[in-house]
Amino acid sequence: MNLLLGSLTIGLILSLLGLGVYISFKIFSFADMTADGSITLGGAVAAVLLVSGVSPVAATLTATGAGLLAGLVTGLLHTRCRIHPLLSGILTMTALYSVNLRVMGKSNISLMSTQTLADTAEQLCTPFFGTGGNVLLLGWQVATRDLSVLLATLLLVLLTCLLLYLFFRTNLGTTMRATGDNPQMVRAQGTDTGLMITLGLALSNGLIALSGALLTQYQGFSDVQMGIGMLVWGLASVIIGESLVRGGRLGLAICGVLIGSLLFRLLVAIALRFGLNPNDLKLITALCVFGALVLPGWLSSLTSRNMGGRHA
Amino acid sequence: MLEITSYSKTFHAGTPNEVKALEQISLTVQNGSFVVVIGTNGSGKSTLLNAVAGTFLPDQGQILLDGHTITNWSEHRRAKLIGRVFQNPFSGTAPGMTIAENLAMAARRGRFPSIRWALGHHLLDECRDRIRTLRMGLEDRLDTAIGGLSGGQRQALTLLMATWQRPALLLLDEHTAALDPRSAERIIELTNEIVTKNKLTTLMVTHSMHQAANLGDRLIMMHKGEVVKDSSGADKQRQRPDDLLACFDQLRRREMLDESAAEMLREQYV
Ligand SMILES: Nc1ncnc2c1ncn2[C@@H]1O[C@H](COP(=O)(O)OP(=O)(O)OP(=O)(O)O)[C@@H](O)[C@H]1O
Ligand SMILES: [Mg+2]
Repeated sequence: MNLLLGSLTIGLILSLLGLGVYISFKIFSFADMTADGSITLGGAVAAVLLVSGVSPVAATLTATGAGLLAGLVTGLLHTRCRIHPLLSGILTMTALYSVNLRVMGKSNISLMSTQTLADTAEQLCTPFFGTGGNVLLLGWQVATRDLSVLLATLLLVLLTCLLLYLFFRTNLGTTMRATGDNPQMVRAQGTDTGLMITLGLALSNGLIALSGALLTQYQGFSDVQMGIGMLVWGLASVIIGESLVRGGRLGLAICGVLIGSLLFRLLVAIALRFGLNPNDLKLITALCVFGALVLPGWLSSLTSRNMGGRHA
Repeated sequence: MLEITSYSKTFHAGTPNEVKALEQISLTVQNGSFVVVIGTNGSGKSTLLNAVAGTFLPDQGQILLDGHTITNWSEHRRAKLIGRVFQNPFSGTAPGMTIAENLAMAARRGRFPSIRWALGHHLLDECRDRIRTLRMGLEDRLDTAIGGLSGGQRQALTLLMATWQRPALLLLDEHTAALDPRSAERIIELTNEIVTKNKLTTLMVTHSMHQAANLGDRLIMMHKGEVVKDSSGADKQRQRPDDLLACFDQLRRREMLDESAAEMLREQYV
């Protein structure tokens, strides 16, 4: 049960990464490599601020802001300096590796003895669960801390999803979506598509950094390596979500990312539980993304071929 | 008023692929004038419209529109003044978004997108009213994604979007070329209706001699990046499709003469 709670929490936290990747990759069709750097940046900024005594909420918000800036840089590299999307992201990501080391001052920071959002969540939930340390959930003994953190994360993520959904229904959000859909049309309606892309990447990386900040506080440490391969992780959530929730409607797509992220994390937890070597995790992730990308196409071509055969 | 002064544009200058797409074009279009532009393939019609819309910047020359010198304005800045319908029905609308969302963007053309609700009740009512004027039954499908509509329906919506706010200039580049004859007919009717009702200053490119003869109050023929014929008033009204075809033939014959003359010179001197 504790394993389940843990993977649900991480799945929720990483769904913010998934949403960020969804914005850059799906809405803007921009393969933004900044993600690996900005998730670490979020973790690094949050950790440093927390250790120096800043309140967890302020530290998390500042970390998000740092991510926004990283996205802004990638956006400006692409739209103002006309650098290829992939390369703009790689440049920022590479630069961020050094920035993150500078920010942290060393390669990892422990938050074991620091007040984090996890502690805040636990305190907020004390009135409901008491201070016993354990509560009975569906017949299982679970730590109140784990349960509180899960509930708080769930609330935060749902709120973010709702805000994101509402934002994409405003004039600015609509124009951003249109920019990914048909930039020529957006220019013909008098909007600078470069600006929309830049703002969109800022938003995307802000979410990713928020995800990093939460992950750091949940794990209790920040590590300069923690971002490696995270983009693919986010992609996996997006693609799994997409194959589950078809239709392309905005609200559904956001739910899809959320579900995709949770599901993927659960699968990974189960695989690890049954003895998967953690070193193989990235390989498995890549294979999963490959499968999710290719299988639907194969399946539909198979079924259509069968149907064609029946018709003949 | 649109005023183009000695505008030149060369693509791939200094390479073997050099194309002089526009050569020292000067053109003045009075307010409310509906100009039809014809010419052979590659004569520079689209380039002329793109030059005005700001798809690229000129090598030389100036453009004045509605009292602004827009020569160095970016494309999106010019869009405040210019409404456009493209040849490709896919170009003018965002396919993944609904009819209402597309129209909402047109309703705010030229203003920075705000963080306000994009689809208010007021706007939806206005959308319905305006779409009704298209008489295509789309007013009940505001929530349909544009990607599911036919080319003709999309062009009609693009036309509506381009003229939602009265543009100082309307640019139509073969906007019926990709449509079946009946849809094309319908779009032309709508175009004429909207342009004459609102007295819009319009540049329309077409390959249909029928359209060229029957629409507009001025006719321009382009050839090799230059304006070779410009008729307006009674002269324009007198032109029949056959006269225009004869014009094309004349150009072609002159060109062949040029070529055979060149051939002759080459044989004699090379
Ligand atoms: N972006 C571009 N880059 C390079 N060459 C171009 C570009 N746009 C136009 N040209 C060239 O300029 C010339 C004029 O093209 P343009 O598209 O204006 O012709 P058109 O009169 O619109 O022809 P059509 O009737 O076929 O649409 C052509 O030779 C074309 O190849
Ligand atoms: Mg053309």
